[in-house]
Amino acid sequence: MSTGSFENWHGNMLDIGPLYPFVGSEGLMIILGLVFWIGWHIWQHRMESANYKDDMETLRHNDNMNRALRGEKVLRSM
Amino acid sequence: MDSDIGALTIIFTEFYYWITVVLMFLIHIGFCMYEVGVSRRKNHMHTLMKNTMVIPLVTITFYFFGWWIYFALPNGPGITGGLLAAPWAVSWGELMGAHMGGAPADAVTFTAADTNYWARINGVFWAAFLLFSWTAASIVSGAVIERIRSGAFWIIAIMVGSVTWIIDAAWGWHPDGWMIQVLGYHDAYASGVIHAIAGGSALAVLIHLGPRIGKFRPDGTPRNIPLQNPWLVTIGLFLIYTGFWGFYVACNIPILDVQEGDGVFYSATNIYLTPTTLSAITLNFLLSLSGGLMATYIVSRGDAFWTYSGGLCGVIGASAGNDLYHPIQAMLIGAFVPVICYKLHHWVERRFKIDDVVGAVAVHGYGGFLGVVVAGFMLWGYPASQKYDALITPWGNFIGAVIMFLVLGFIPVYILAGILKAVGVLRIPREIELVGLDLSEYAARYSSEDEIQKAELEEARATGLLR
Repeated sequence: MSTGSFENWHGNMLDIGPLYPFVGSEGLMIILGLVFWIGWHIWQHRMESANYKDDMETLRHNDNMNRALRGEKVLRSM
Repeated sequence: MDSDIGALTIIFTEFYYWITVVLMFLIHIGFCMYEVGVSRRKNHMHTLMKNTMVIPLVTITFYFFGWWIYFALPNGPGITGGLLAAPWAVSWGELMGAHMGGAPADAVTFTAADTNYWARINGVFWAAFLLFSWTAASIVSGAVIERIRSGAFWIIAIMVGSVTWIIDAAWGWHPDGWMIQVLGYHDAYASGVIHAIAGGSALAVLIHLGPRIGKFRPDGTPRNIPLQNPWLVTIGLFLIYTGFWGFYVACNIPILDVQEGDGVFYSATNIYLTPTTLSAITLNFLLSLSGGLMATYIVSRGDAFWTYSGGLCGVIGASAGNDLYHPIQAMLIGAFVPVICYKLHHWVERRFKIDDVVGAVAVHGYGGFLGVVVAGFMLWGYPASQKYDALITPWGNFIGAVIMFLVLGFIPVYILAGILKAVGVLRIPREIELVGLDLSEYAARYSSEDEIQKAELEEARATGLLR
């Protein structure tokens, strides 16, 4: 069993090409990479929106907006 | 790698680009420090993360498609020819991975010569261009701080860093680019291809984004929002200067036989494969930096922020022709361009209410644009490259500057930012802008501090130190 395309360094160096494992599966790797990239943006967008929503919720409570504007301590639980 | 001189040339070139990448990394560190130093305390973490995440996002997208664009689009396509094949630059090709340079796995697509050369140069050359991509995106980043949503900025950063700037590089910064062949475009150290396009893009975002709350008085005159940490800004800009050494040498090919016909003559070349020397660009870099610092010190009445930025603008203003200028010419151009940009910045700010926090549109956009235009006059009649007969002209470089700033810089990003604004994801909520983007970070920190203090008190009571 070998994941690479060569098994030793003893032969002619000109016979050695790609060094990474699973040569031939590059297309699949790119698809996985693209999914990771696009998925990250979707996740980040949701996370950022939820964060702003929580922040604004916190600011609406009690006197939090005034406190935050004055640079005083504001907790999510306040 | 089958002859001594061939092997040395390839391995030297590989190492040379690797060093440029390390040096150019400092530009991004500088930009991060600079932005944080300019931003108010309530926005520090958000400002830092916004620019930091440019690194992975532009990197992976430049891997997926940016590198291929550079080699595939020199003809337009449709201006001087069609789409070009660039199998070494497609993200699924074996030469975009670790490769010994010997027998290709895909022997139909690649020749032995392809693998021999690109196996060693591809990764480092890709990375050098990638660092230009970070710079282009990072230039936009500074202009828009304290009110843009990170997610929106990152989409714009990918557009600038992995699409539009590399299209302009294929057109005007490639030995076979159509702008070189048709317009005689000359922009050796990227006044237009990096700086003008990034400045134009920043202006497009700023128009949609609007100014920070409180930036302008009710009568429309601008308020000064002071630097929060001048020392961080200073170190940041010095790091950008330092990284620019890497930027400049990455615009060169370090060793190439430039003799046509019989004989051999090894030289460094610029990106157009036209002979130049590292000495020439070293002299001109330092003299244009000096001209910029001196002139902006005077025009800004010794303002540190503008003096530093003016030094940078001096380099940018001379960069298009810094392979050929005399050092005194570089100094005078480096002095002239930032003065114009400084005046333009303040006029645009007052007239159009554009809140460009770090002066990026002026330093990079106007500076880059003017740099290309000035080179058209200064180098009028010079051959644009060794390979093609087109000559440098004022009109050729002016059209090129418009393509960089407006066609590829401003317009695509204006459309994209407009879409992001229309769907309500460009600007942060007003309440968050007022209290600061780091509200959550502070809240989490206060919460952790309270919890730790409570735990310490409990521990003190449990051990009898406190009753």
